[in-house]
Amino acid sequence: MKPNESALLQASRGRAMKRRRSVWERIHIDPWLLGLLLVLLVSGLVVLYSASGQNLAVVEGQMMRFGVALSAMVILAQLSPTTLYRWSLPLYLAGLAMLIAVEIMGDIGMGAQRWLVIPGVVRFQPSELMKLAMPMMIAAYLHRRPLPPGLKDILVCGIILAVPVVLIAKQPDLGTSLLVASAAIFVLLMAGLSWRLIGFLALLAAAALPLLWLNMHTYQRQRVLTFLNPESDPLGAGWNIIQSTTAIGSGGISGKGWTQGTQSQLEFLPERHTDFIVAVLGEEFGLIGMLLILILYLMIVMRGLIIANRAQDTYGRLVAGSITLTFFIYLFVNVGMVSGILPVVGVPLPLVSFGGTSSVTLLAGFGILMSIHSHRRLLPR
Amino acid sequence: MRKRRETLKDTEQEVRVFRNRSLLAALVVVLMTGGLVTRLVYLQVVQHDIYITRSDKNRVRVEPLPPTRGLLLDRNGMLLAENRPTYNLTIVPERVGDLEETLQLLVDILELPEDQVAVFKERSRQRQRPFQPALLMSELNEKQIAQLAINRFRLPGIEVEAQLLRYYPDTDIMSHVVGYVGRINAEELANLDKGDYAGTHFIGKTGVEKEYEAVLHGEAGLRKVETNARGRVLRELGRTDPSPGKDIVLSIDKRLQKLAYQLLDGRRGSIVAIQPKTGEILAMVSSPGFNSNLFVTGISYQDYRGLQNDPDLPLYNRSIRGQYPPASTVKPYVALAGLENGVTTPTKTVYDPGFYKLPGFDRRYHNWLRWGHGRVDMRRAIVVSNDTYFYNLAHDLGIDRLASFMNRFGFGEETSYDVYGAASGLMPSSEWKRERHGQVWFPGETLSVGIGQGYWLATPLQMATAMSVLANRGEWVTPHLAKQIDGEAVKPPKLKEDIELSNEQWWNLVNGALEDVMTGSEGTARRSGQNLAYRMAGKSGTAQVFTLSNDERYNAAELEERLHDHALFTAFAPIEDPKIALAVIIENAGGGSSHAAPLARQLLDAWLLPHDESLEAAAEATEEHEIHETE
Repeated sequence: MKPNESALLQASRGRAMKRRRSVWERIHIDPWLLGLLLVLLVSGLVVLYSASGQNLAVVEGQMMRFGVALSAMVILAQLSPTTLYRWSLPLYLAGLAMLIAVEIMGDIGMGAQRWLVIPGVVRFQPSELMKLAMPMMIAAYLHRRPLPPGLKDILVCGIILAVPVVLIAKQPDLGTSLLVASAAIFVLLMAGLSWRLIGFLALLAAAALPLLWLNMHTYQRQRVLTFLNPESDPLGAGWNIIQSTTAIGSGGISGKGWTQGTQSQLEFLPERHTDFIVAVLGEEFGLIGMLLILILYLMIVMRGLIIANRAQDTYGRLVAGSITLTFFIYLFVNVGMVSGILPVVGVPLPLVSFGGTSSVTLLAGFGILMSIHSHRRLLPR
Repeated sequence: MRKRRETLKDTEQEVRVFRNRSLLAALVVVLMTGGLVTRLVYLQVVQHDIYITRSDKNRVRVEPLPPTRGLLLDRNGMLLAENRPTYNLTIVPERVGDLEETLQLLVDILELPEDQVAVFKERSRQRQRPFQPALLMSELNEKQIAQLAINRFRLPGIEVEAQLLRYYPDTDIMSHVVGYVGRINAEELANLDKGDYAGTHFIGKTGVEKEYEAVLHGEAGLRKVETNARGRVLRELGRTDPSPGKDIVLSIDKRLQKLAYQLLDGRRGSIVAIQPKTGEILAMVSSPGFNSNLFVTGISYQDYRGLQNDPDLPLYNRSIRGQYPPASTVKPYVALAGLENGVTTPTKTVYDPGFYKLPGFDRRYHNWLRWGHGRVDMRRAIVVSNDTYFYNLAHDLGIDRLASFMNRFGFGEETSYDVYGAASGLMPSSEWKRERHGQVWFPGETLSVGIGQGYWLATPLQMATAMSVLANRGEWVTPHLAKQIDGEAVKPPKLKEDIELSNEQWWNLVNGALEDVMTGSEGTARRSGQNLAYRMAGKSGTAQVFTLSNDERYNAAELEERLHDHALFTAFAPIEDPKIALAVIIENAGGGSSHAAPLARQLLDAWLLPHDESLEAAAEATEEHEIHETE
């Protein structure tokens, strides 16, 4: 890193940072990010208590998962970005190997082949690992190359992206494959991919859409059709979306009150404590609650972008930027689908929906951000 | 150009590009969030009203509370129609694991034919919303209920529900007069008050059940409940109780009805008995009857075809739909018509050589007694049922004066108050013939009408009604079935004017002649009039089914049974204080005085004599019979 940039960063941080430096940087935690995340987790538990039908056992289970996830975050934060950089390729290859293993012998759960089971030990979704391994791998690849990436680099990145994404999509898990793909694409975009190329690739993607449609499962096509016209099958595929928009809409400005949402509590809302939990929030806390939670998410995203900009090397910048933006995509796709402006894909509301794996992955991602932020080299390499 | 510098990383430029992209990303993130907020504002503010209604419609269900149908009782308080609890099988497919497997299991448990699986599958789809139970089967028997209870744990989503079902205890005897309820069909549904019938599955189809549907049904209540998505009721938000249908006490006496039915003994025929003072119908039997309980839940195709194809037509209500020639039973009324119109006097005689000839024609109209009754006056003409006298009288009257006088006794009109589906019979006149057939009336046709044949048709109810008016010496009563509704006496309006004769004594003349029919030495029904303990008036009739050509003689042995004469008898008693008037008709049984009169006598004895125990005996006998059947 050049001395003048380092000076710039120092100046922007000011004196206050210097005082706290000893406390937080030693334990490699970003207090801003941690604080915002904890507020989100606690809010999420409050909503989950209501969404689970006042089931404390569910809330306790979620807290346990959060404990594990926070530990993962803290542990990852202790690792230096250099270590993460070295792990990028092995992690990616391991993820790829496990995806292939799932393809061959994976466990079928909820109609899709997503789980890898080591009997008696653990059930594991390799696609979750890929959510982190993918941006790390692409960033690692671009780390030593001149940026913006040239055509050859883009091709290589395209292959790194395509293989796992296709494997995940085949499971079938369209939601996760989209998230993994977008993680990779964000790395490229943040790396300075030229606008001409972006335009060209966007056209290519648009041209590929019919191909995607042809390769979709019937239920996936049905979801898209239902999204376009939910009333066409109000008791079947359209039921979810009709009930979730009804829940949100009936919440009004101030909501029906905590645990008072009729759509949520009387079980009209399907998957109310998992993918559709934001509808419970919208029904019980109204527009005000929705705005507050969106602001909270935005603050986390902004903090992530700041961390990315303060990173000391290419790898750190790209990984931090991608993880942050992917986190936002989670939010956008989930709220978009529940409120009926996007088709239903299985994407949970990040850190609020009930479920362990995605929380662990997400908080692990924030651990990486903290690692990048807190392991500062005094001298540029 | 940048590519030329290949391996050299321009960190400063990289940081600048990254910062620009980050700013752009932040902007896009804010814009996309703005998109979400716009959507939320649209849902939660702009369309809030629509969605709040929708969510209320989801959770609040209005459940109809069907009223309990009113009971039907006889005049002594015996049950004629009641409501019995029965058990229905329902399914909530959402709670069933494997639908196919569960239905197969059900069919095995209930020991139903295999093809029932498909029927159940179809029925499980017939509902309006998820988690609503669908009706699979009604009227489970006790064994099936027990089997289901044992296997309950294997059948999640399957429930047994109680429901009240109409039941008729004395169905064959009462089937026509009481009628029955059945499932509401599409046509009836279109004309019903949807709110009142929302929870009701059955509606009166015939008889009293149909006539008094509005009274018996009652008013539906409703309750507003909050339910969850599985349709489980969580709490009641509001409730209006149903008001049950009113009980109706019929004027029918079940014992008399039973006795009458037994006396008909499965033969085709009908007996109608009326209390002359009030018009209350004491018995109204059509034989053979049928099992109306079959119709309540929906009769099977085979059963229905069996009833339809039965040559004895059990579904046909002979009492009110059967239109028979009233035959000689009308002679007392025709005699009064002659007196009132001044074309004859009580003492005027006619010589009967065995036939009558219209002036200027050769055709002979025969008396039933081939060799004739010699010289007959009005009283003797009635007692011996002389045809020649009445040919002559009818000719002197002419058809139109005859018809209009007969209308006053209710012939050719439907005069009952609450008898559903009663036919009006036919009282022919020259005008009727012109309209109906476009032909002039021939004098010869008047002669047949004069002895109750020809075009003249009357129902047993009409014959019994006319007999009541005669018993009342002209005072009209409106025949009716309902005696009390909800404890209040039914007072039907007088539908026809009383008959006032120029000379009151003529009633005595005619009624005296009818007494002689029973007790006189020449009376046609004298064999049924022996040892009478009260004064009985009666008139026999024998209705031709088959028209004989001019000189042919009726020979029962040569004719098919279905072409045999109908036996008729009308009577009332006691003459000085009439308590009962009745009409008996037995199809194709032969002469009225020998086949129908004995039945009339037994019924009058049973009704009038305090020591006569045949009513009780009849009631008990039938019950025993029923017990045997159920065993």
